[in-house]
Amino acid sequence: MNSPRDLTAAQAAAKVRAGELGADELFAAYRDAAAADELNAYLYVADEPNASGGELGGVPLAVKDLFCTEGVISQSGSKILEGYKPPYTATVVQRLQEAGAPLLGKTNQDEFAMGSSNENSAFGPVQNPWDRERVPGGSSGGSAAAVAAGTAPWALGTDTGGSIRQPAAMCGIVGLKPTYGAVSRFGMIAFASSLDQAGPLTRDVTDAALLFKHMTSKDPCDATSIGSPGAVTLPSATRLDGIRLGRPDDLSTEGVEPGVMEAYERTLKLAEELGATIETCHLPHADHGISAYYVIAPAEASSNLARFDGVRYGLRANGSDLLSMYTQTRHDGFGPEVKRRIMLGTYALSSGYYDAFYGRAQRVRTKIADDFRNAFESVDFVVTPTAPTTAFKIGELADDPLAMYLNDYFTVPMSLAGIPAISIPNGLSDGRPTGFQLAGPAFSESRILDAAHALEQALGFDGSKARS
Amino acid sequence: MIDREQVLHVARLARLELTEDEVGRMTTEMSKILGHIEKIGELDLEGVPPTSHVVEVTGALRPDEPRPSLPREVAFANAPDIADDGFRVPSPQA
Repeated sequence: MNSPRDLTAAQAAAKVRAGELGADELFAAYRDAAAADELNAYLYVADEPNASGGELGGVPLAVKDLFCTEGVISQSGSKILEGYKPPYTATVVQRLQEAGAPLLGKTNQDEFAMGSSNENSAFGPVQNPWDRERVPGGSSGGSAAAVAAGTAPWALGTDTGGSIRQPAAMCGIVGLKPTYGAVSRFGMIAFASSLDQAGPLTRDVTDAALLFKHMTSKDPCDATSIGSPGAVTLPSATRLDGIRLGRPDDLSTEGVEPGVMEAYERTLKLAEELGATIETCHLPHADHGISAYYVIAPAEASSNLARFDGVRYGLRANGSDLLSMYTQTRHDGFGPEVKRRIMLGTYALSSGYYDAFYGRAQRVRTKIADDFRNAFESVDFVVTPTAPTTAFKIGELADDPLAMYLNDYFTVPMSLAGIPAISIPNGLSDGRPTGFQLAGPAFSESRILDAAHALEQALGFDGSKARS
Repeated sequence: MIDREQVLHVARLARLELTEDEVGRMTTEMSKILGHIEKIGELDLEGVPPTSHVVEVTGALRPDEPRPSLPREVAFANAPDIADDGFRVPSPQA
């Protein structure tokens, strides 16, 4: 072993538990690597570990900026929260610390998790470790880049419309968006409350399962949390015998990079060799997912972000009266994408437009959830490419918000339906990582992780090239 | 699709100051995005119930047991301006 950083998180935890590796040595190795990060992935790096022992064995955890961590900056990538130190810690971070995962650092992200490239951070863009001229994806771009570069063993992200899965795909790592309600949202700085869900970004599927196992809980502080009905098991499958994979025939492949499509087709063939059958399935309303999502998410965001008014915390601008203080604070504190979404959401909820936009979008959401329910009567999982393209260049889509939104085309339908989905590394296209997405019914995480594990073993993706 | 007056109206509702330049850009960008979103107008959604929430949790109540609240100095720790044990703001009518 050259460095403890060569180990996966699960391997490192096992070695610490067996007394073959010191937790302090492991923490120091990652702390030094994170402090030397050149990708702008971190907004804060801890000095000393604040947890040890347990099943997670002191393996340090990088945490997306928007999770509240007591006494440690939690800014959601926004200037309006610059320097904000919360008085409490998010339930999921607390649980992972209790299981033995100390805080390694806080990772960069798109402001308030709004974005698909990490270019919307008030603290500058993050670079993709596979190609530093390119974005890492978003909004959990710092978490994805840190894990891919090997400066973090694993990381927490959040996914509202693809913000774990898409950066995982673009950085060649694993990202799991759990079922809505599986993980407490208490202490997550909210974007869209009916969609936000925390999940792991990891080097492999086993690590994702190990972290998720300790994340899921019913929390009295989050009335929408349910936990996981069954025990979360670590994956072991190497075959897919009897598994029916559903290939949606009504999601458009127009605009999908040829290399991404080839990798997807190749993996479907591989799945057949492992014993799976590939069946066509129908999601007739999924094509409207982006439209529904970009009404519902901004509507909820416009309401959630009303709290940033310069009164109790965060930035305050000068104003001659109370109203001008509010409007000027929000002008100075929010970036362009956040302003755009507040405006879209306020418009969609405003008198005269509510039924045409918000009401219709909620009905489309019902149809999309029904589509998945129907599909899962004849297939076990729905499979798609995770994102239509590989990582694009920093600045490439900056002036075209709609093109940026369409990057979420394959991930948004699952978010609207509240179902779990994973992205696993699916080989390279033109030297850049692509992702393969598996989605299953609500609370099917253990089955998804098992199937993903079988595919991962057969694919044999090598992510070491991106690690520094 | 959406004009300058509507943008200014929505900005007022959102308590958001926009510069002249931002109003112009917002008008163009919102029109383009809303143009795409309008595709959902083509769908027949007659009789389809709306979904505001995907999980069926109703009446999620916990026991109403008193717990300590945030100490005053902790609640004020991040405040931009405090006075007389409260958050100080400019007068509503300056």
